[in-house]
Formats: sequence, structure tokens, C-alpha cells
Amino acid sequence: MTTTNIPVIQGPLRGSYFDWRSWLFWFIMAVWSIPLLWLVSMSLRFNEDILAKFEVIPSRISFRGYTDFFSDPVWVGSFINSISYTTINMVLSVAVALPAAYAFSRYTFSGDKHLFFWLLTNRMAPAAVFALPFFQMYQAVGLFDTTYAVALAHMLFNVPLAVWILEGFMSGVPKQLDEIAEIDGYKFGRFFVMIFIPMIRAGIGVTMFFTFMFSWVELLISKTLTGPRAMPLSVQMSTTSTAAGLDWALLSAAGVIAIVPGVIVIWFVRNYIAKGFALGRV
Amino acid sequence: MLSKRKNNKAWFLVLPVVLVVAFTAIIPLMTVANYSVQDVLSPANRLYVGLDFFRAIATDPAIIAAFQRNLIFSTQILLIEIPLGIFIARLMPREGWKAAAALVIVAIPLIIPWNVVGITWRILARPDVGLLGVTVNQFRPFDIGNTPADAWVTMVAMDVWHWTPLVTLLVYAGLRSIPQAYYQAAAIDAASPWSVFRFVELPKLRRVLMIALLLRFMDSFMIYAEPYILTGGGPGTSTEVMSILLSVLALIQFDLGKSAAFSLIYFLIIQVFSFIFFTVLTLDERPGATKKTKRTVIHKRDDAVDDVTSVEGGRS
Repeated sequence: MTTTNIPVIQGPLRGSYFDWRSWLFWFIMAVWSIPLLWLVSMSLRFNEDILAKFEVIPSRISFRGYTDFFSDPVWVGSFINSISYTTINMVLSVAVALPAAYAFSRYTFSGDKHLFFWLLTNRMAPAAVFALPFFQMYQAVGLFDTTYAVALAHMLFNVPLAVWILEGFMSGVPKQLDEIAEIDGYKFGRFFVMIFIPMIRAGIGVTMFFTFMFSWVELLISKTLTGPRAMPLSVQMSTTSTAAGLDWALLSAAGVIAIVPGVIVIWFVRNYIAKGFALGRV
Repeated sequence: MLSKRKNNKAWFLVLPVVLVVAFTAIIPLMTVANYSVQDVLSPANRLYVGLDFFRAIATDPAIIAAFQRNLIFSTQILLIEIPLGIFIARLMPREGWKAAAALVIVAIPLIIPWNVVGITWRILARPDVGLLGVTVNQFRPFDIGNTPADAWVTMVAMDVWHWTPLVTLLVYAGLRSIPQAYYQAAAIDAASPWSVFRFVELPKLRRVLMIALLLRFMDSFMIYAEPYILTGGGPGTSTEVMSILLSVLALIQFDLGKSAAFSLIYFLIIQVFSFIFFTVLTLDERPGATKKTKRTVIHKRDDAVDDVTSVEGGRS
């Protein structure tokens, strides 16, 4: 797509004369990162210091939390488990949600409103409601304690979310686009893959981020559906926290490590969010 | 704008989603409904009790109090997070490495596992060794373990810290999708920054705001891991929300019937509230709604012209 640079009359959100906005923003971000920096600082301190004295900057530093994490196959394995079910879930959720979101944004069909709301209701179900029946169901079909069980179970709340977000982005693309493509002789499949999906890549990026995120942080369902083989990182952490005497340094180190994949995903998605969709600005 | 076409073949596009969600939702929900009306004494010995469990739940003073706390909590965090999220999103840099860095920093709280959020804030709020606790203690006594109000404020602060980024990200994505032409038109009309926000941005943000509002309502109403780890529901029962009660009933006391009835009531409450939000917020999308200003109509037409050129340009 070619960008003709219209001499832009700067919107109120752009331009250098609003410098105070940028200062205010970074100030807020600095305040916002305090809990996070606190977590990082905890992960670098000695266990006996963490609960014994108050200090903003650690007086002595230990990397024991991190070395313990990486030298223990249980911790590393749980990390890999989390990555795999989150990825499976993300790909499957977006794949099934794309055509559905298109249908909702473009057509009316019998029962569409009810179906859409029914989908959303699944996003509203407290995880505790499903914990027990999921346990029984996945045990019955032999998927218990596999990453697939968690990936499938998380689709409960991620698929409705994906449909919802994608539908919003798709509705922002004018329907004339579809009509013109049809007049130009594009088959639906080709139009969808070649024209429509690139058009809403911002939406897909945002959706992938959110499905990743909700699957990555969820605790109760992944805890219920896994045993020792497929145990995810967050569950491994909560088993540590129930043991007598918490290993705060290891726990915080695991917390810091648990943030890393998310940061990587955001880094990929940032372009999609940042570009927005090009329509109207071409 | 062309209206949506009636096409029942669209069901084929929706089918995969329906199958997946049916498998993950309907079957488990049927199990729950089944448990809710019988007292399972042993796998072979069940007693049909009808609606007794529902009655017991609906009249339980602890659950009613937890329900009220949930309601107050959700109201408070929505009132803080939605305006704050919009405010931060509008401040965010839009171009270059600063925009990228800002996005990453804003989104980080969202990808921290919920138990880690709870653990972090529990230490952070400790009056003896935590940064927040020690700081507040300089001005007034602060004790999250013994003062209900302190525990409550910490829980709200934790949620604001944890979830405002969600609102910010959604609003930011929404803002990015507003064509520059809208701002140009506003600039030509010498619109004040407030009018630009009110008449250009806010209408365009309605969809993302609806998503943000509903998501935040649902999730704050179901909140579990963070307050559970932060306060365990205490001091006393001052931060005991419904999901903490439910998980005790279902996973610790293992009271299948009562917890199933509680689950269904809980689920229903969230659905009713969300339905009200959803209906109110989509009111003017209904057929017959004609709340369109002249300006938007003009812009829409401009859009259409742009669209035609863009598609032709893309093809050549």
C-alpha cells in the first residue's frame, strides 16, 4: 500500500509543542514500574534479608534464585509446559475465531445476537465453576496432565475473547471493501486471506497478545488439569508458596522469568498495535 | 455504510467456534447443574434436593456480604481504571522507539502471573519491610494485616496497577485506528482539545471502551488469586470476595452440591450485569437508532472515497 504523505495538520496527540505530555507519561510509567522493580530487587536479595530489613536498593546481591531456577529440571520443565500450552491455545483460538468474527461483523443470521452473547457468557464464568467438571471430563478422554488439556480448556475464555476483539476490528473495515473485491472477481477465500487478514493485522496482533496473556497468567484451571508431567510455571510457583517457609528469592526470580516471554510477545505485537489499520490514512 | 446482509450460510463460519465452546462449556456446565440439585453422599448414593442448595446460598449472610464487597470493588476499580486508562493512552507517544518502549512498559503488569502479582504486593505492602507500607507509615499508621480499610485500599491499588494497562492498551489501539483526516477536520474547525476528545475520539473509541468495560467488570467480579494471596480475605472478612468463598466451598470443603449452586448463582449474576452493560452500550447500533451527527455522516462519505482509491491502489 502506498502512503501519500498529506501535509498533516497535527492532531492534538502529535507534535513537539506538547512536550509536557511526554514528561507526564514517563513519570506515570516510572511510578507504575515500582512494584515490578520491587519484584526484581527481591529476586536479587538474600532470603533472610527480604523479610528482615527494609531497603530500597539491596545492600548485598545474590543470584541464587536464578541459578536455582535454571539448575532445577522441574522449574525449567514447567516453564516449557507453560510456553507450549499457551502457544497452542493462541494459535487455535485465533484460527477458529477469525471466520466467526467475520461472520458476526458482516452478516446477520438467525440467532446471531443470542449466539454472540452466549459466547461472551463463557468469558464470564468464574474459573472455580469449571475446575471440577473439567477435571472429570479431561480425565475421561485421557487428556489429563497434558499441555493439550490446558490449551483446550483455556479456549473456554480465549475463543470468545478472540471473536469479540476481532469482530470489533473487522467492523472498523468498511464493508465496501468486500463488495469491491467481489465485483473485482475475488473468491471469498482469496479475498479473506490476501486482502482482509492483512487489513486487520493490528486486530490479529492485539488478539494474539490477549489470548497469550490470559492463558499465561491463569492459575486455577491449569492447576486443576495438570499433574507432575505437564505442570505449568504458575502452578509450580504456587506449590512452592504453599510449602512451609517460602523461598522468596527463588519465587521472585521465577516471577521475573515468567515475565520474559510476555515481553517478547508484546515486542512482536507492538508493530501491529502501533501501525493501526491503514484505512483512511492511505 | 451498507447494512449487514442477511445470510444464514454465515453459520458455517461460526461453526468451529460453536463446537469448541460447546465442548469446553456446555458439558461442564451440565455437570455443575446436575450437582446443584442433588446431595452426593457417595457415587452410588445421591439424594435429590431440588432447590434447597440455592436457597441456602441465597440466604447465607457471608455470601451476601461478599456479594456486596464484589459490587463495591468492581464499581470502584471501574471508576478509576477506565478514565485513568484513557488518560494514559492519550499521553502515550505514537511514533518511533518511544512508542514501542511505551507499549512494552505499559503491558508488562498484564503478563505477570496473578499469583506473582499477589506475592509482590504482599511484600510491597508490609508495614515493616515493604516499600509501600513503610512509605505510607511515615504519614499515618498503615497495617494491611489488621486494618480492614488499609487492606481494602491496597487491594484496589493492586487491581488498578495490574489492570489499568488493559484499558490503556485497548484505548491506544482504538486511538491509532482513527484516521488523521478526522483530526485535520477538527483542526480546521478550530476545535478545542476537549471537543476533539469528546466528538472525534470518544465516538470512535466506543467499541474498545465497551470491551474494556465489560472485561474489567467480569474479571474484577471474579477476582481470586490476587486478593487471596494478598490478604487471604482478611483482616476478618473485610476483603473476602465471592470467588474466595466459592473456592473454599468447592475445593477445600469439597461440598459439591452447595458449591455448584453457588457457581450457578455467581455465573448468573455476572451474566445479568454484563447483559445490562452490553445492551445499554450497543443501544444505538440497533436498527432504528438514528443518533448520527451531520459531521460523522460527512466523514463516513470521505472514508468511502478513500476506501475505493485504496483498494484500487492496492491492486494496481
